[in-house]
Amino acid sequence: MASWGEASQSRLIGKRIARLSGKDKVTGKAKYTFDINRPEMLYGRILRSEVAHANVTDLDLTRAEALPGVKAVIPLTEVGRKLRYQGQEIAAVAAETDDIAKDALRLIYVELEELPFVVTEADAMAEGAPQIRDDWKGNQSNPGINEDGDVDAAFSEAAVTVEATYHTPVQTHVCLETHGHVVEWTDENNLTVWASTQAVFGVRNDLARRFELPANQVRVITEHMGGGFGSKFNAGVEGLAAVRLSRMTERPVKLMLTRKAEHLVAGNRPSMTQHVKAGATRDGRLIAYDMRGYGTGGISSGAGFNAPYVYHVPNRRTERFNVAVNAGNQRAMRAPGHPQGAFAMDSLMDELAEKLGMNPLEFRRINDSSEVRQAQYTLGAQEIGWHRRNNVPGSGTGVKKRGMGVGSGLWGGGGGRGTQARVTINADGTVEAVTGTQDIGTGIRTVIAIIVAEELGLAPTDISVKVGDSGPGLPSGGSGGSQTTASVAPVIKTAAAAAKQKLFEHVAPLLQAPVDDLRIGTGKIYVASDRTKTVTWKQATGQLGQESISEGGNWDQELRQGGVAGTQFAEVEVDTQTGHVKVLKIVAVQDCGLAINRLTTESQINGGVIMGLGQALLEERIMDPQTGRMLNANLEDYKVPGTFEIPEIKSIVFDTHRKVTGVGEPPCIPTLGAIANAVHNAIGVRIRELPITPDKILTALAEKKA
Amino acid sequence: MSEKEKKQETNISRRSFLKGVGTGTVAATVAPAILVSDAETAEAQTDGAVSTAKIQLNINEKLYEIEVEARTTLLTVLRDGIDTGGNNVDLTGAKLICDRGECGGCTVLVDGKAVYACMMLAMDTQGKQITTVEGIANGDNLHPVQEAFIKHDAMMCGFCTPGFIVSSVALLNENKKPTSAEIKDGLSGNTCRCGTYPFIFDAVETASEKM
Ligand code: FES
Ligand code: FES
Repeated sequence: MASWGEASQSRLIGKRIARLSGKDKVTGKAKYTFDINRPEMLYGRILRSEVAHANVTDLDLTRAEALPGVKAVIPLTEVGRKLRYQGQEIAAVAAETDDIAKDALRLIYVELEELPFVVTEADAMAEGAPQIRDDWKGNQSNPGINEDGDVDAAFSEAAVTVEATYHTPVQTHVCLETHGHVVEWTDENNLTVWASTQAVFGVRNDLARRFELPANQVRVITEHMGGGFGSKFNAGVEGLAAVRLSRMTERPVKLMLTRKAEHLVAGNRPSMTQHVKAGATRDGRLIAYDMRGYGTGGISSGAGFNAPYVYHVPNRRTERFNVAVNAGNQRAMRAPGHPQGAFAMDSLMDELAEKLGMNPLEFRRINDSSEVRQAQYTLGAQEIGWHRRNNVPGSGTGVKKRGMGVGSGLWGGGGGRGTQARVTINADGTVEAVTGTQDIGTGIRTVIAIIVAEELGLAPTDISVKVGDSGPGLPSGGSGGSQTTASVAPVIKTAAAAAKQKLFEHVAPLLQAPVDDLRIGTGKIYVASDRTKTVTWKQATGQLGQESISEGGNWDQELRQGGVAGTQFAEVEVDTQTGHVKVLKIVAVQDCGLAINRLTTESQINGGVIMGLGQALLEERIMDPQTGRMLNANLEDYKVPGTFEIPEIKSIVFDTHRKVTGVGEPPCIPTLGAIANAVHNAIGVRIRELPITPDKILTALAEKKA
Repeated sequence: MSEKEKKQETNISRRSFLKGVGTGTVAATVAPAILVSDAETAEAQTDGAVSTAKIQLNINEKLYEIEVEARTTLLTVLRDGIDTGGNNVDLTGAKLICDRGECGGCTVLVDGKAVYACMMLAMDTQGKQITTVEGIANGDNLHPVQEAFIKHDAMMCGFCTPGFIVSSVALLNENKKPTSAEIKDGLSGNTCRCGTYPFIFDAVETASEKM
C-alpha cells in the first residue's frame, strides 16, 4: 500500500522549505504573461461599455483604423445587439504601442440607445423594476427549496429563537496581474499563447475548440502568474480577441486587461442576503432553521452560498434564488459560497448562544459533529486566551474596547484524476519532473521537488521542475477547489518511485544485491542487509550510459484524502469614537491533511486569513444606482488589506493524517464570522452587514444609546 | 467632416460625457448616448502627429538612449521601451498593476528614493540614477532583503514582490533598525493580494539584522 511514510522518517516532507522560484521572484527575473515581450509585438486594448444597459445602434471603426500605428480593429459586438453591463466589450484594437492603442479606442464611434437598468439587488427586486432578463420573472430565478425534518414542530419546541438578516456584498478578485494573454501564431496552424491562467490545459482546450485547431497545435505557457483566486480558468473574451488580432496582423499581440476592466468583467464573489430564523433548546441543541436568501452574480446566475453551514440542524427549510443586475458576471472565488455562508452562520450561532446565556464556544461544541474541529476549538481557545473574553459583550471600559470571537469552516479538497507526469533521471545525475499543472502562487513547483527529492535522496534544488506549459503534453487540471496538490502529488510520488525502481534495477548488478534489498540514502543507494555496500547517486546514474530513465505515475487514492475542518479566533479592538476596528490577532487552526511544505502551507493560511479580513472589514463593490456604474473600480476606493490592517496571525498547520488534501481555499472562510463576533463581543452591538466599516459601527452604537 | 465625425468631435471629451450623464434621468432615459473610452490619460493626441524626444536614462548603472513622448512614463520605458539601437529595455521586474499610484507594484529607486514608476514621466528622470529590482542584487550576490524574502517565503504569486523588495531596500537605507510599526509604515504604499504581509514583515526584520 502506497504511503507517505511516518513523519519521523521524512527528511523533507512536512518541513519548511524555501520555494524554488524565490530567487527569480525577488530579483525580478520571473516572467509573468504581462512581462512577455516578443519581437514585433503589438499591444491590444478593448473598448468597453460605460453604460449598464443599451442597444448598440451604430458602430464605426474606420477612424480608429486610420490612426497611424493601428494595425487592426475588430468589433466585439454589433449593431442591434444589447450591452448588458458596464465593461462589456465593444471593440478591440492592436497597435504599435500601448499609448496608440489607447488613442485608437477614443476614435471608435459607438452610438447607444440607453435602456433602463438595475444595478442593485434592491432595485432589481423592486415592484415595477425594469425586466433585464427575458427568462426570469421580476429579475429573480426560480427559487430552489429544500426541506428536512419538521421545521414548524421544531420551532414550537425551541426554547429560544433568533430572527435576523445577514448580508455580504459583492467582492472582486483583484488579481494583481490582470487577466490577459500574449498570443503568437508561429505559423498558419500553430498557436503559442502565454496566458495568465490557473488552467493551462483548460485554456489550451478552449482555444483549440474555438479556433478549430488540433489541441496539440496550441501551446499554452504560464511560467508564473499573478493571482487567480478562481477567476482565471478560461481564455475569456480578451483571449479570443487577442488571438483574432494576432491572426489578422500576423504579429504577436499582448492584450492585458486594465485595472478597471479587471474589477468590472473579470469575475467577482456574488453577494448574499439571508433572512434566517433559527431555534435551539434550553440545553443548547440547534433544532430549527428556516432561511430565505438570495444573491446576485451579476447578469448571470451562480450566487450560491452554504446555509446552514458547518453545524448540523435536523429540521430545516431553505429557499434560495438568484437576482439579476446589470453588472459583470460572477466567477468562482476562493471557496465559492463558503465565506459568506460562514459569516451568517457564525453570527447566528453567537446570537443564539447569547439568548441562551451560553458561551458561544460551548454552544458550538454541542452542535459540531467534527472531532477535528472539537480539537481545534480547544487549541485555538488556548492560543487566543479565550478566558479573557468579555463575559458580557461590550462590558469593557474606555474608548477602545476589545472583544473576541470564533468562526468555523470546512472544505473538500482531496484532488482528482487526470494528471500525467514524468520523472526523468539522466545519466549525469540530473533529475527532471514535468507535469502540466501551474503554479498559481501556492508553490506547487516546490512541492513537486520536495516529493521527488525525498523519494530519490536528493535536495529539492537538485530537481528541475517544469510546470505551466502544455507543450510536453502532460495534462493536469486547473488549480481550483484546493485540488492542485492532492491531484498532482500522488502522481509525482508514484512516478518518482517508479523511476527509483528502474534505477535500482540498473544498480543492483553493481552492488551485487537483489533489487528489493536496495534503499535510497541521502545522495546514495545502499544495500539494506549490508550497509557497507553503497554507491553515490552519481555513480548509480552513471550506470545508465546513454539512457535516461523516464517514468510516469498514477493517482494513487491511498495517498490523498478529501475533507478539511478549520477554526479561527479573532481578537479586535474597536474605537468607539471613530468606529475604527483594529484586528489585533487571528489564530487560524487549519486542518489541511499532510502539509508537504509547511512553510508555503503557512503562507497560504496567512493569505486566506487576510483575504477573509478584507471581506469582513473593507471590501465591497459599490454600484451607483443613478449611473449604473461601479464607483470604486480601482485600487484606492476598492480597498484590499494593506500593511496597516494586518494583525498578528498565528497560523497553525493542524495536520491530522498523512494524506495530501489541499489548503488554498479553507483558511479564508472562518475569518469573517470570527471578526464579526469579536466586534460584537467588544461593543455589544451586532453588525449584520459586511464590510464592518466605521460608519456602521458608529450608527449601531448611536442606535444602542438611543 | 461628416455628421458623425462632428458629433464625435463634440462628444468625445470625458467632461462632456460626464455632464451628459449628470443631467440625465438615467434609468428611465431612452436616448442615444455617445460612448467614450475608459482611457484615464489627459487628452490624447489623436491626429497621429506625435512629437517625441530622444532622452538618455541611467538605469541600473547603464545608459539607455530612448525616444519617448511627453506622456511616456518611466514604467513604460522600463517595461516596453525600445532603445534607439532597437533593443528592448525589458526591465519587467517593476509591474504595471494599478497604473495610478495606488499599489506600489512599480516601485523603483530614483536617486535612492522609492518612487512609483507609473507616476513619473520618463523625461523627468533624465540625469537621475534609476535602480530597478533587477539592479538591487550585486551580481550574483543577493541583497540581504532578497535573501530574507526567500528564507521567510515572503511571496506567493510574487507579482507584488519586486515592489516590496525595492520599498524594503529604500526603507532600510533610511532606517537601519525599523520597529514593526515603522516597517508597516514604510511598506504601506505597497499592496499584496495574496496576503504575504506577515512573512514580509519577518523578512524585513531579518534583513535589518543583517545590514
Ligand atoms: S502600478 Fe504604479 S503604483 Fe500601481
Ligand atoms: S504575492 Fe501575490 S500579490 Fe503579493
